[in-house]
Amino acid sequence: MGISADDVKYVAQLSRLEFKEDEIEKFTKDLSSIVGYVNKLNELDTEDVEALVNPIYIENDFREDDIKDSLDRENVLLNAPEKEEGYFKVPTVIEG
Amino acid sequence: MDIYNMKAHEIKDKLQKKEISAAQVVKAYIDRIEKVDGKVGAYLEKDFDNAVDKAAVIDKKISLGEDLQGLAGIPCAIKDNISTKNVKTTCASLMLENYVPPYDATVVERLNNSGAIMLGKANMDEFAMGSSNENSAFKKVRNPWDLDRVPGGSSGGSAASVAAGEAAFSLGSDTGGSIRQPASYCNLVGIKPTYGRVSRYGLIAFASSLDQIGAFTKDVEDMALVLNSIAGRDYKDSTSYNIKTPDYTKSLSEDIRGMKIGIPVQYFGEGIDDDVKKSVLDSIELLKSMGAEAIEVDMPYTEYALAVYYILSSAEASSNLARYDGIRYGYRSKNYDDSIDLYIKSRSEGFGDEVKRRIMLGTYTLSSGYYDAYYNKALKVRSLVKKDFENAFKKCDCLVSPVSPTTPFKIGEKIDDPMSMYMLDVCTVPINIAGVCAMSIPCGFSNGLPIGLQLIGNYFEEEKLLKVGYAYQKNTNWHNLNPKVGE
Repeated sequence: MGISADDVKYVAQLSRLEFKEDEIEKFTKDLSSIVGYVNKLNELDTEDVEALVNPIYIENDFREDDIKDSLDRENVLLNAPEKEEGYFKVPTVIEG
Repeated sequence: MDIYNMKAHEIKDKLQKKEISAAQVVKAYIDRIEKVDGKVGAYLEKDFDNAVDKAAVIDKKISLGEDLQGLAGIPCAIKDNISTKNVKTTCASLMLENYVPPYDATVVERLNNSGAIMLGKANMDEFAMGSSNENSAFKKVRNPWDLDRVPGGSSGGSAASVAAGEAAFSLGSDTGGSIRQPASYCNLVGIKPTYGRVSRYGLIAFASSLDQIGAFTKDVEDMALVLNSIAGRDYKDSTSYNIKTPDYTKSLSEDIRGMKIGIPVQYFGEGIDDDVKKSVLDSIELLKSMGAEAIEVDMPYTEYALAVYYILSSAEASSNLARYDGIRYGYRSKNYDDSIDLYIKSRSEGFGDEVKRRIMLGTYTLSSGYYDAYYNKALKVRSLVKKDFENAFKKCDCLVSPVSPTTPFKIGEKIDDPMSMYMLDVCTVPINIAGVCAMSIPCGFSNGLPIGLQLIGNYFEEEKLLKVGYAYQKNTNWHNLNPKVGE
């Protein structure tokens, strides 16, 4: 199963990334070679094998719901690219 | 001996005996960094003023006759994907070029509590993606043993800093070999603890079911000291495991008689350099001569681990890195039309090529129509890889293998061929997939370049790795050799 330039453009859109034409070409080549390699897994019959998401099973381990200090607003906003009056500033999302 | 070439436990000893002061130690390392880091490139950010202040506090304690805790007065470097309060943490990415964490990672808090002194943040492959440290957005790291060669990755700066005498130990992270491979390339001890042994709170996520924080040291005794200070359950990380943390210095024993060492035949197949294979096999002979018993073990799914790794790590990365959208922190593009365009421009300008490649691969394998064929298939094969380890550890105490199929390669040699770079991880990724622990220790040289031996242990059996590693180092001298950089 190869990867086409159209696949790359579609996945780029899902990934919220954009590429120039020559980059599309390079990524198509790179991803085709990687996907070609990982297709190796199809050699294995895994019909009855269970999927393993986490290497070690950990039971849900709940802590007490105590009130603790959290970061203050000013600290949290310190790294914001744009902020205003204690909020993150974003472009207009809903047209008025 | 120069202070910067000493082991951490030697420095600790001399501090306690008042033969040297913490101020002297810190100064020796700062001078060393000033002298060689222009060539090596191990540090992205230096924090010397704080280091000098902390040394003064330690010296005060010594003068009052207080007993020194674990790592008091020992200078270290911290990989730049581990959050340090008020000190820039960039992941070597333009995306986080100006990011200053408002909190400390738990491991940083623990190092502070044990008196360790951070000198700065270590360079790395962007977002910990890479095996050569050529993917840093800011500068390359060079191998102190040969400046034309890579130090390994992704924790290349953490490794190079210790190898070049710019830190007595360092912290790194290991998702598929990112501690063990650079440890091997730089003649150091490097451990990837069991998944859940060390808290990951404050580690900037790459692949959450594989990532683990670990350390680089000059010898196994130092590793026991560092593990003592960073290991243990943390309520801030729900994947940190609720199990007692032993005193690792107690596992340093020379007596390995009767221990069963497994040799997984699949780790010695084609693609492993002859010199690497020979050094590892010689090391096994040495362990046998010390009383260990060597047995061959069969791990038939090893050859599929790399494919599993690149599917799972990329899928998890594509999800974890979705948070970088230019809104709350990180890079925001200056030129955009609307909010979607803001995400696209910020991400496309902020991430480097390797990070984009992994996000693309991960998104592809998770996308509609491919999820079962790739992601779910990889999770199933993950079960089989784990079973290989479970079976092997029924028969032996630990496994021994090469770390990397080759010695350090030239800068630029593999950067244009991602697949050839990925193949270098073939001996290290199975360990992360299963979540067990493993440690690289120096075991020889080929043409002046270091070779590493990988010791692999069962879940939460780091003590056995330390025991075998310590015994091995009592009978070898590789770990006492230092590179000539700066002479």
